Amino acid sequence: MNPNKSVLIEPLSNGLYCSDGQFHIDPWEPVELALITHAHSDHARPGSSRYIASKDCVSLLRKRLGEDTNIRGVDYGEPISFGNTVVSFHPAGHVLGSCQIRVERDGEVWVFTGDYKRDDDPTCRPFEVVQCDTLITEATFALPVYRWQSGDAIAKEIAQWWAEAASQNRPAVLFCYALGKAQRVLAELQQFTQQCVYLHGAVAPIVDIYREAGISMLPTKKIDLEEKRNYNGELIIAPPGAGGSTWMRRFKGASTGFCSGWMRVRGNRRRRGYDRGFVLSDHADWPSLLRTVKECGAKNILTTHGQSETLVRYLSELGYNAAELSTRFVDDDSSDASTDSSAIDSAAENVAD
Amino acid sequence: MQRFVTLFQVLDQTTSTNSKVEAIANYLAESSPADAAWAVYFLSGRRLKRLIGHATLKQWLVDEVDLPQWLIEDTYDSVGDLAETIALLSDLDTVANETTTSLTQWITELLLPLRDREPAEQRAAVTKWWAELPYAQNFVVNKLLTGALRIGVSQTLVARAIALHAGLPKATILHRMMGEWEPTAEFYLQLIGEDDGSAAISRPYPFCLAAGLEQLPEALGARTDWQAEWKWDGIRAQIVRRANQCFIWSRGEELIGERFPEIQTAADSLTDGTVLDGEILAWDSNHGVMEFAQLQRRIGRKSVGKKLLSEVPCVFLAYDLLEFEANDIRNLPLQQRRSLLEQLDFSHLPQLRLSPVLKESAWDELACSRAQSRERRVEGLMLKQIDSVYGTGRQRGLWWKWKVEPYTLDAVMLYAQAGHGRRSNLYTDYTFGVWSEKELVPLAKAYSGLTDVEIRELDRWIRKNTIERFGPVRSVERLQVFELAFEGISKSTRHKSGIAVRFPRIVRWRQDLAAKDADSLSDVIKLINDA
Repeated sequence: MNPNKSVLIEPLSNGLYCSDGQFHIDPWEPVELALITHAHSDHARPGSSRYIASKDCVSLLRKRLGEDTNIRGVDYGEPISFGNTVVSFHPAGHVLGSCQIRVERDGEVWVFTGDYKRDDDPTCRPFEVVQCDTLITEATFALPVYRWQSGDAIAKEIAQWWAEAASQNRPAVLFCYALGKAQRVLAELQQFTQQCVYLHGAVAPIVDIYREAGISMLPTKKIDLEEKRNYNGELIIAPPGAGGSTWMRRFKGASTGFCSGWMRVRGNRRRRGYDRGFVLSDHADWPSLLRTVKECGAKNILTTHGQSETLVRYLSELGYNAAELSTRFVDDDSSDASTDSSAIDSAAENVAD
Repeated sequence: MQRFVTLFQVLDQTTSTNSKVEAIANYLAESSPADAAWAVYFLSGRRLKRLIGHATLKQWLVDEVDLPQWLIEDTYDSVGDLAETIALLSDLDTVANETTTSLTQWITELLLPLRDREPAEQRAAVTKWWAELPYAQNFVVNKLLTGALRIGVSQTLVARAIALHAGLPKATILHRMMGEWEPTAEFYLQLIGEDDGSAAISRPYPFCLAAGLEQLPEALGARTDWQAEWKWDGIRAQIVRRANQCFIWSRGEELIGERFPEIQTAADSLTDGTVLDGEILAWDSNHGVMEFAQLQRRIGRKSVGKKLLSEVPCVFLAYDLLEFEANDIRNLPLQQRRSLLEQLDFSHLPQLRLSPVLKESAWDELACSRAQSRERRVEGLMLKQIDSVYGTGRQRGLWWKWKVEPYTLDAVMLYAQAGHGRRSNLYTDYTFGVWSEKELVPLAKAYSGLTDVEIRELDRWIRKNTIERFGPVRSVERLQVFELAFEGISKSTRHKSGIAVRFPRIVRWRQDLAAKDADSLSDVIKLINDA
């Protein structure tokens, strides 16, 4: 970093902290005031006294942190003053309500992207480029092999796979994260079908929240655990954690698929034992990471989670001041059952029935 | 080619055996005999010799793609497969042109002729494919170039599919696929045709394999129903003697006669129409079987010098007879095959010996003999049901291997490296060390034994506890202890610890132990002395 510039956001043991504004961003331990980029579990942790997030994020956050949590919802771009800083939330295009957080002090601007993507997604506001001096960016997929096709192209693959399973009279079980990915798939699939999709108990309540937010998706039905029936020809959406559980027994002969950016690499799919891997990610791919760094005009780039070292070295060679920032965010796209970041706790019922 | 690539993808994208069989049978039904022959060739695990080396391809990639070399290296380390890395990176700006050239044309007209071209021409051809082929075809072509096209199907599954398509028994197809053959239309038509009796004279039989015994032998019933033999620790092989010629096949279906000229010469005096199943061992005429490390000196050599021949003489221990007087006798009961085998007179041929049948009349006596396995340099016992036919592939219930318990010790993880293929992107290849004075010295590498959940947990731990990185290898905090098992242990001048272990694998992650609780080099040396 340029030593002449002061530090606006720094990693402390309990999370990213802005001392000028006396607030934390996505802290990993309880703090006084937590600004939250989005509702995934590694970014929104319980126990803080006060939370601030975008209005679109509030319902998800309440579901995750408890109904009586002190949460203030703000509009996109609405300036809020903390100490001598001015803070605003800007769409990040990751999931419903996801934001980048902009912090300004004396004309100097820092932006923390949180998790983001640049691809079209009918379930959330598109990423907005925010001009800044210092960008703190995620780097989950910072390798040039990671490059996404559009969501509708992947949804078409999923629709074809579903149709194929139906023609063989088998269920098609699609594993994807309960918050964000599942709803994106349900929205994108509308171009290809109007059939009802069956949902795992961890996915259904989040789909409800998305519907209340006005997001249009395929009709869905929560799986009734009491009901004895077969699901041949149906599409079922479940979090990855349900994969190895007894819950799966009701889908005899199912073809299985997994939606994740990691599915771009063959070995990742094969070792997880899924039949099909669909390369659908809510994170920025390599071209998007570079494009964002360029467009936001920042000279200083700090990277968090994922392939941080690679991105830092590459950007340094391009002439940026780049460095890694140590955080406790996880690459939620890669995480499996144990760290299923998106399964909202209270909704994680019946993973094993 | 396009259809073959689609077949490859379908096989790669389903875990259902029936779907795989169906996909292969459909492909064969729609293909020319020439294309089908090449497909069977690749499906059965056969490969083209590497056409272009890894290093060369990587250099071309660095020149073609507008990225720094280190980034391409990092990417390759993460993807874990060069063919795939190339296909993924070229995919960035490919004007995807599906190829209309057939599989056979691709191989015989485009790929194989590359071998005799100048490097500049090779490069021009290959980089043009990279620029033009869509991802999946690009990947398969790269795999063919590097001679590493692996398709995740077993020989038995392929045979099932061909049998389904041809309307013949699977065993017939399995047998016809054995040995060396050229992937030609003629071969394919014979493979699926009526048997014309002109089967290749060199063709071995599919090996019959045993399953590991997981219960006490008493559970198998009466001792008298079972034939017991030593389980030798050598190279499983078949000697095929037909039409005045002799072929020695390894289990990997490689001809290995040249490497064991003394056995080849001895086998030349077998009667025509004889096929023996047995084991090649390094054998001292006074002391019997030698250390496996000695046999290893012979395995690696294509041709053997006089010195090595006299230092490490090898023999073939026969334990089964598959062809007798030019008749396939695999369906006779083991007892009868054994008595025919015993009638063959090897007494004048010291390099051919009969693997003895153990006489101990009770299971517990047999267990005592098994306990002496290490001193005898064998891996344990084989138990074969006396009426068993010589089956194809692994036989549960009829043949069992009853191995001795492995050695075990506790060692500390020192280094980790990302795996390849299925394990790419994940730290799965570990180096373990034991204490020597105050230091940990590397003892063994192990890759297997942990569950997928443990692997992922360990992967996360490794990423957070890296001390130093050397290219793809990470040196980690000396904290994690693992119980390792291995089959053999011997002194070695080639290893830093002075010790070589065989088949090391992880038994369990000892999260209950601290690094200081791990074993020391002197504990390991004690194991050698005990053996």
